[in-house]
Amino acid sequence: MIQYVTRRILASIPVLFGILFVTFTLARVIPGDPCRAILGEKATEAVCARFIQEKGLDKPILTQFGIYVKEIASGDFGQSLRLGLPVTRLLIERLPTTVELSFAALLVAILVGVPLGIISAVKHNSWVDVITMVWANIGVSMPVFWLGLMLAYIFSLLLKDTPFWLPPSGRVSPGIPTPSLAEAWGLTLPEDSFLTGFLNFISGMNVLTAILTGNWALLKDALQHLILPAVALGTIPMALIARMTRSAMLDVLGQDYIRTARAKGLTYRRVVLKHALRNSLLPLVTVIGLSLGSLLGGAVLTETIFGLSGVGRTLYEAITARDYGIVQAFTVVIAIFFVAINLIVDISYAYLDPRIRLS
Amino acid sequence: MTETQQVATLDAEAISIQSVSLWRITWRRLFRRRSALVGLGILGILVFIALTAQWLAPYDPIQSMRDVKDYPSEYIKRRLPPCIHLFGCPEEQPQHLAGLDGNNRDEFSRLLYGTRISLWIGFSTVTFAIVIGTVLGALSGYFGGWVDNAIMRIMDVLLAFPSLLLAIAIVTVLGPGLTNALLAIGIVSIPAYARVVRASVLSVREMDYVSATRALGGSNFDILFRRILPNALTPLIVQGTLGIATAILDAAALSFLGLGAQPPMPEWGSMLGAERNQVFTAPHLVFFPGIAIMLTVLAFNLLGDGLRDALDPRLAHVS
Repeated sequence: MIQYVTRRILASIPVLFGILFVTFTLARVIPGDPCRAILGEKATEAVCARFIQEKGLDKPILTQFGIYVKEIASGDFGQSLRLGLPVTRLLIERLPTTVELSFAALLVAILVGVPLGIISAVKHNSWVDVITMVWANIGVSMPVFWLGLMLAYIFSLLLKDTPFWLPPSGRVSPGIPTPSLAEAWGLTLPEDSFLTGFLNFISGMNVLTAILTGNWALLKDALQHLILPAVALGTIPMALIARMTRSAMLDVLGQDYIRTARAKGLTYRRVVLKHALRNSLLPLVTVIGLSLGSLLGGAVLTETIFGLSGVGRTLYEAITARDYGIVQAFTVVIAIFFVAINLIVDISYAYLDPRIRLS
Repeated sequence: MTETQQVATLDAEAISIQSVSLWRITWRRLFRRRSALVGLGILGILVFIALTAQWLAPYDPIQSMRDVKDYPSEYIKRRLPPCIHLFGCPEEQPQHLAGLDGNNRDEFSRLLYGTRISLWIGFSTVTFAIVIGTVLGALSGYFGGWVDNAIMRIMDVLLAFPSLLLAIAIVTVLGPGLTNALLAIGIVSIPAYARVVRASVLSVREMDYVSATRALGGSNFDILFRRILPNALTPLIVQGTLGIATAILDAAALSFLGLGAQPPMPEWGSMLGAERNQVFTAPHLVFFPGIAIMLTVLAFNLLGDGLRDALDPRLAHVS
């Protein structure tokens, strides 16, 4: 197993280099003049020349790449040219929103998708199965941005003045304080320490912070704001998971050992949940892993619609404003995250199925 | 019946069984699947709409009602809700099945014309991706070694980005516009096809009939394109059909963000994007384009799933 893990990790190193190279190149070939994009159209030649020199944009491209790789390796993502802030700080500020959203969406997808898939498989060809699969097919075909807007319309406007009303945008209602963990726990930490950054990162996830600090008012409010985006973003993966669970379960339920288990006198429920589900997990892990990637892409759209300043929306804004620093750093982080997920999927695959790691 | 006659009948049966082509069987299996039929049906309607949009559409898709001759000006109102005579809309008011958009254009006509663009998006991007993906996958699988390594590592890097984000980045480099959006979506979908073709090539490369062709003096080109690649056709068709669905969704997303089709082109994603802030006041302008996108994507998804089942010999006993 260890050998397999090492091999997989080593195999992802060239990919990581490729990612660094692609993001670096992309940021350089984005058309337009970064100086004027940041300082405004009226910036004079002299001001621009000084700006380019200050930011190191006049050095040979390979030198720039070398500097870039070195900086990334040491955890320094540089400055956002437009906002004049360290990108690392922006990441700490914005990544939690996306992580929270993606996690909630995935949770919705799994909690609804897996049971639906199981019921569908167990009641194969019944009306429950037909309805579930029709919905699953519609679910994978829905544009995320459309679903988001429609959900906002239904829950924020049509259901106004009912208990089902949900806010159409934002992360918390105005007036609800969102203290950081350090504040809530009364800790005084040095400004630039790793622990401060880490605590700030965690504090960015409102639901988690609310649970950790027992702030129930914040928890209720944050959850209310999280439901619509999470459902919008989670619908496609939910449909995929339901379909995959169903077909994997159907495959397994037809096997001899299931009949044997039933013949031994085990209850159907136990056979389904213990014997069948376990062996259906393998394809499910892949789908969940792959879904995480599409969640990150979908996050751009969901965050735009629901007015959340997460990684997706920030990256989109940075690309259109040609903010090299953010584009490079955020794409790299997302891509590395993606590679890491694939690695985890592969490893869990090997863990679940010994044939893979032995081959 | 004498014994000879029996044998003759059996032979004849055997011959008739052999002569049924794979495509006939596939069609027959496809037609037995209700979901695939639904997909095919929706697709048929969409193709019909795309071909006849200029006759079906009551108005020009980019013409404001203000520029329509003899149009009663008292009924021109931006984002007018749908007016359907059958549902009680006053007879003297001109009928607009999906209302007017923010520029007083007939939304229904725009939706009909949008079918053309979406189908074009789907087919063109997937054709592009299949052609490039097939060449790369075939070279990779056939020659192996460093060629394989180099090509597949590049594919890995492309796959390491969420496809929509990479497409956004590529469009930003190329500049917003429908053609560039199509190119971007085409590029990000190449790896999927390259992998499918590579896998097929690897699975048959060492087969006896390939060695036989080589022994007979067949060129690499001949072996690759005439002996090996036809085996990759089945998975490519399935992947391609499902790929069209994804391409249409991604293109709509790019247009929604303002990076794809530009106004006044009646593209569903950009129509939706243009009116997204009006969802509370004019929901019909968001609702209808979304439904159109969904139905088109659904048709290709259903057809792709049906094709996969129909083309899979392991599922032959099912039909």
